[in-house]
Amino acid sequence: MSAPASGRILPPLSKGEVRAGPGEDLIVFRDLHKAFGPKVIYAGLDLAIRNRETLTVIGGSGTGKSVLLKCLIGLLPLDRGSIAFDGEELSGRTEEEFLPARRRIGMLFQGAALFDSLDVGANVAYPIREHFPDVGEGELADRVAHKLEMVGLPGIEKMRPADLSGGMKKRVGLARAIAIDPAVVLYDEPTTGLDPINTRRINELIIELNEKLGVTSVVVTHDMQSAYMVSHRIAMLHGKRILACGTTEEMRRSEIPEVKAFMFGMETRER
Amino acid sequence: MSQAAAPPAAPASAPPSPLRAWLAGAAEQIGGASLLTVQVFTRGFKRPFSFAPIVYQIEHIGIRSVSIGTLTSLFAGMVLAIQFGYFLEKFGIAYTIGRVLSLSVFRELGPVLTALTVGGRVGSGIAAELGSMQVTEQIDAIRALGADPVRKLVMPRVIAAMICVPIITVFADIVGVGAGAVMAKSNYGISYAAFYHEALGSTKLNDFTSGIFKSVIFGMLIAIVGCYKGFNTRGGTEGVGRATTETVAISAVGVLVADFILTKLLLSL
Repeated sequence: MSAPASGRILPPLSKGEVRAGPGEDLIVFRDLHKAFGPKVIYAGLDLAIRNRETLTVIGGSGTGKSVLLKCLIGLLPLDRGSIAFDGEELSGRTEEEFLPARRRIGMLFQGAALFDSLDVGANVAYPIREHFPDVGEGELADRVAHKLEMVGLPGIEKMRPADLSGGMKKRVGLARAIAIDPAVVLYDEPTTGLDPINTRRINELIIELNEKLGVTSVVVTHDMQSAYMVSHRIAMLHGKRILACGTTEEMRRSEIPEVKAFMFGMETRER
Repeated sequence: MSQAAAPPAAPASAPPSPLRAWLAGAAEQIGGASLLTVQVFTRGFKRPFSFAPIVYQIEHIGIRSVSIGTLTSLFAGMVLAIQFGYFLEKFGIAYTIGRVLSLSVFRELGPVLTALTVGGRVGSGIAAELGSMQVTEQIDAIRALGADPVRKLVMPRVIAAMICVPIITVFADIVGVGAGAVMAKSNYGISYAAFYHEALGSTKLNDFTSGIFKSVIFGMLIAIVGCYKGFNTRGGTEGVGRATTETVAISAVGVLVADFILTKLLLSL
């Protein structure tokens, strides 16, 4: 990790510290039930995500991949079940009670979800201002510059989101997600709609954040190339629960028909 | 590698009747909007508090709505003066135009007409802006980044509307009565002094303040409907369009319903 343009060394804001050791369960979904009206999304979903791993959740459209991330960060309430983060129960918390968890979890949204009314610098500074209001303007500018450098977009603080390409928006969204140095980053379809070069850039950033900063990553995608590239483990969502979960190699060799069909379908298209 | 068992089949249920579904939907929306109103006043003013977003919204909502509010009132005042004069002249009491017109404008026409015209513009604007933010996940992002959308987005708009709509109503009252005076003089030969004497002689402060009080409530209602519909926008850009048109319709009906309730309430005091 490089120092910002001003040369100041900035300590991590959140410290990114968790009690779970490397490889131990950090996020545990137990018996998750979730429905939108009559449409049942989960009926008893169980999944454990280990500290410092990159786990990719795959599955067909409409199976509830993004919903899983939104339940984890408290944007959607559970109907039943529990989500434990670093040993603490998250389900049933109020917005205010969720703040400590949100200080340690960053999220990259599918369409980046940059605020149109703010410039790039203000977008990246947003979570720092909210979670750490005591950070001074000088340090704030340094931190923003540093995060934009990390995603390969230095000096674009004054640009508006409307002036950015799709790939740049995703990278600014990632800079915003990691602005407060979270322990966990959630990626919702990080490469969807991107050209191969930008797809590779985003994948390399996910790997770099995991390897260099020890960030635990949860990636939701149906882009199997990306899943193979970034993941330690892959979990497949099917039939309202996790059908199978294993290392990339285990999933490739899986004899479960639905897993084979999903993997084979993607590999056929690649050829 | 782990493998889970197949899920149980979901139980089938009969769909509710259209009337029951409509009533349930209406009750849900009224409940949701009421809850949002409570949240504005319980969560909206938490520290650190900043006036800047309110000032921005006052400029955005209020100042740009002055022209539409006053222009509407200008023509309404002129038409009313002509209509009142036409009938009052038959009874030989055309000189009372000022009295009838000022009471009508201060108590009803100023606040209601302003709320309907300005409300259409402001409410639809709020719904379109927040609806677009909703479908592009910006509102989710606000929450995920540790902020409260009610405090960041709803409170400044509601407070700005509660400040701006009454101020525009005052302008509308003045312009409406003034335009009526011009028409009374040009069409029926009522002098400005006679008009002024009749208008002020019969109008009490209470007539004016009751209209302003109503417009504060109308402002809140318009902004809450816009914010609620914006926050609950579903279905992409088509959903934004639907939320916008629904906001105009609901806020217009809501203003008239609220006007009826407030009129009964204020007259009983």
